[in-house]
Amino acid sequence: MVQNSEPKPLLEIKDLAITFSTPDGPVNAVRNANLTVMPGETVAIVGESGSGKSTTALAAIGLLPSNGEVSAGQILFDGEDISKASEKRFVELRGNHIGMVPQDPMSNLNPVWKIGFQVKETLKANGLAGSNPKQRVAQVLADAGLPDPETRMNQYPHEFSGGMRQRALIAIGLACRPRLLIADEPTSALDVTVQQQILDHLDTMTSELGTAVLLITHDLGLAAERAEKVIVMYKGQVVESGPALELLRNPQHPYTKRLINSAPSLAAQRGDKHEMAVDEVVAEKSEPLLKISNLTKVFDIRKGFGRKEKFTAVDKVSFEIPKGTTTAVVGESGSGKSTIAQMVLNLLDATSGDIVFDGQAIGKLSERELFKYRRRVQPIFQDPYGSLDPMYSIYRTIEEPLRIHGIGNQASREKKVKELLGQVSMPASTMHRFPNELSGGQRQRIAIARALALQPEMIVCDEAVSALDVLVQAQVLELLDELQRELGLTYLFITHDLAVVRQIADNVCVMEHGKLVEQGTVDEIFENAKSDYTRNLLSAIPGASLI
Amino acid sequence: MPENQNQNPEAGLPISKIRAGKVSKYTIPHFVAPLDETPLQGVDAVKETGKPLSMWAEAWRSLRKRPLFIISALLIIVVIAIATIPGLFTSVDPTSCYLEFSNEGPSSGHPMGYNFQGCDVYARAIHGTRASLMVGIFTTIFVVLIGGTIGALAGFYGGWLDTILARLGDIFFALPMVLGAIIVMQLPAFRDNKSVWTVIVTLAIFGWPQVARITRGAVLEARDADFVKASRALGLSRGKSLLKHVIPNAMAPVIVVATVNLGVYIVAEATLSFLGLGLPFEVMSWGNDISSAQSQLRNNPMMLMWPALFLSVTVLSFIMLGDAVRDALDPKSRKGN
Repeated sequence: MVQNSEPKPLLEIKDLAITFSTPDGPVNAVRNANLTVMPGETVAIVGESGSGKSTTALAAIGLLPSNGEVSAGQILFDGEDISKASEKRFVELRGNHIGMVPQDPMSNLNPVWKIGFQVKETLKANGLAGSNPKQRVAQVLADAGLPDPETRMNQYPHEFSGGMRQRALIAIGLACRPRLLIADEPTSALDVTVQQQILDHLDTMTSELGTAVLLITHDLGLAAERAEKVIVMYKGQVVESGPALELLRNPQHPYTKRLINSAPSLAAQRGDKHEMAVDEVVAEKSEPLLKISNLTKVFDIRKGFGRKEKFTAVDKVSFEIPKGTTTAVVGESGSGKSTIAQMVLNLLDATSGDIVFDGQAIGKLSERELFKYRRRVQPIFQDPYGSLDPMYSIYRTIEEPLRIHGIGNQASREKKVKELLGQVSMPASTMHRFPNELSGGQRQRIAIARALALQPEMIVCDEAVSALDVLVQAQVLELLDELQRELGLTYLFITHDLAVVRQIADNVCVMEHGKLVEQGTVDEIFENAKSDYTRNLLSAIPGASLI
Repeated sequence: MPENQNQNPEAGLPISKIRAGKVSKYTIPHFVAPLDETPLQGVDAVKETGKPLSMWAEAWRSLRKRPLFIISALLIIVVIAIATIPGLFTSVDPTSCYLEFSNEGPSSGHPMGYNFQGCDVYARAIHGTRASLMVGIFTTIFVVLIGGTIGALAGFYGGWLDTILARLGDIFFALPMVLGAIIVMQLPAFRDNKSVWTVIVTLAIFGWPQVARITRGAVLEARDADFVKASRALGLSRGKSLLKHVIPNAMAPVIVVATVNLGVYIVAEATLSFLGLGLPFEVMSWGNDISSAQSQLRNNPMMLMWPALFLSVTVLSFIMLGDAVRDALDPKSRKGN
């Protein structure tokens, strides 16, 4: 190749605009978007939900929902404008030329067909099955890093873990050696260590095949680590694009700056820390507010015909939470961390062991004592769409705890609700609205206001920020931090995300398969982790070596 | 975990090199959009415009624009008006029959002609509306109360209560409604006191399991929602959280089924009356009229068609209403926004 010949981009999107027709009129999901993907390179699109990042990518493979259309601009794939291409042309392009790895590994494999059949389907559709399709399928699955592919291809999706399903989806996406692979949040639903393995593997495969990747993600740290070029989208527009490292170190647009400041993965590396609510010296002297010792929970799993199997979800866990501090319990899915939260909230009974709150063992509380205990310990749950009753207005939602505990009269309760809304920085007018009119972050703030209504001493946050966009997440974390300083709250913070822990916690407990593998202060854990498991978790935080 | 067992096969690769970030061999321009193009907005600001809407208000807003709903609602309003004030629609006394008019065709003031007994077909159809509609409405009310309560308790408390109630429902479910009703209506207690209410009770006995099943499913789904857990953590007792949070959230599918079933019960009443087992003959109803017109089907088919038409239109409008309500309350179409 001649050195200075102009390289031809594989995918070039010029002034793209995408409009959705909705009952409330047309909505411009994307406007004036420009991007180029060079052959063999990885380009990441970063943005919050609703920024138009997935919509842009879906337009490139002709999979926009039926009410969306490209209203202006061009999508050039290898020089050919496919923005207005027919369905027939797209069928030719898909698989063979443009592959796709979808977001949710749980719903994107058909549960009634074997994995092998679903891979074969792709190969056949593109005429690549060859004379011995079985062998070909096994090869493709092996390439995607699935061990023992001959057995695996005869299994159904429900026999696969999330990470294995995502590998199968990657196998399907890359089965026909496309020149461009669109990966839409391929690892967002997975644990960090699994995410790392899968992305590493995707990297190796695409560089071997020379496939260009359009990676869509909400995590700027991950984007910067995996892509040559990063595109930041905000409100349907490209606000900044450039070389990954350059963008990360020298952001120009205020939105990009904001993102870099808030991304937990990056903040964790910088060692951003929150301020302690109480003096550390005082904290050490004072009696711990919550003391958990040898806590065990065994579930009976029914196996049919009256047979039962024991499953130990939490295995002899002990830790203490000093008053006014935050203790994070970290672990991957299935580590038993949420079970601990439920037992602390007395929503589940412990099989053995003690939970002592302020000198009182909560397993043996009478009905009346329990009712009083409820006032002192409040939860915030993960799913902002599930934690507020959709039938209740915001006012009723926040007022409910006051009403249950018979606090105040109508007028004083209304005043209190307004005050609480102010505390979580929501306008008082929100109280007449309903949860379905609010965003995820706003709902989570309402959930915090409800939890604060009874002036509790401890709040149990069960993955309270995991479902939120980066900026909103940072905002909620900051709010929690502020409230802790103002009100002297104690937090039990359950999360799978070590990056977040650094921003919020004082002490950390790391859990694996129901057991406590390590505990210590945040600094001890982050700078001097003792167990391999913790070190693995830490190194899996994306963007580790970039700042 | 299978993920951990196969310690990543690519472990030999220089991962650290990959993870240090990639540098392109092409020059990539650093593009920054002009700030005034996309002004930065506050993070997650609350939109304060627009009227606040509850889920029901929103469902109503989408419902009132649907032609299916408008048509069925208008028809139902007319049917209800006929049932409450039949005098508005006909001034002819349906019980003053003159044998000399037997089987006569339409004439002025008698648009649908006369039946075998010489009674005005139109007036009978109008006056028969009340019995049919009463059966439909009251059966639905009883079925929702009984089935809803049983289903909600079974779904919410689970365990042995659920097993017993579910089996009990299955026993009633296994009997075809009309067959079961025929047997029950033959029992002396019912046979000797035939009235609208015996029909309602009979239909309710065989109708509740369907609503119980639907309610149980909806309650099971709502029971595990985080907001129910949150309300328990706030100190609400189990029973109260069922009443205050679970049941209101499980109502939508029950309402849909109840609306559709209202039509089905009207048909069931007509079937029983047609078989001579439903309403007593003194009570004017569409089923009774169809039954008595059956023998004259060859001579005067219209005598059977007119009450049958009233019946079909009423039932159809309730089923259409149920469909429209289902569309408006469908949680899938309303999620996300």
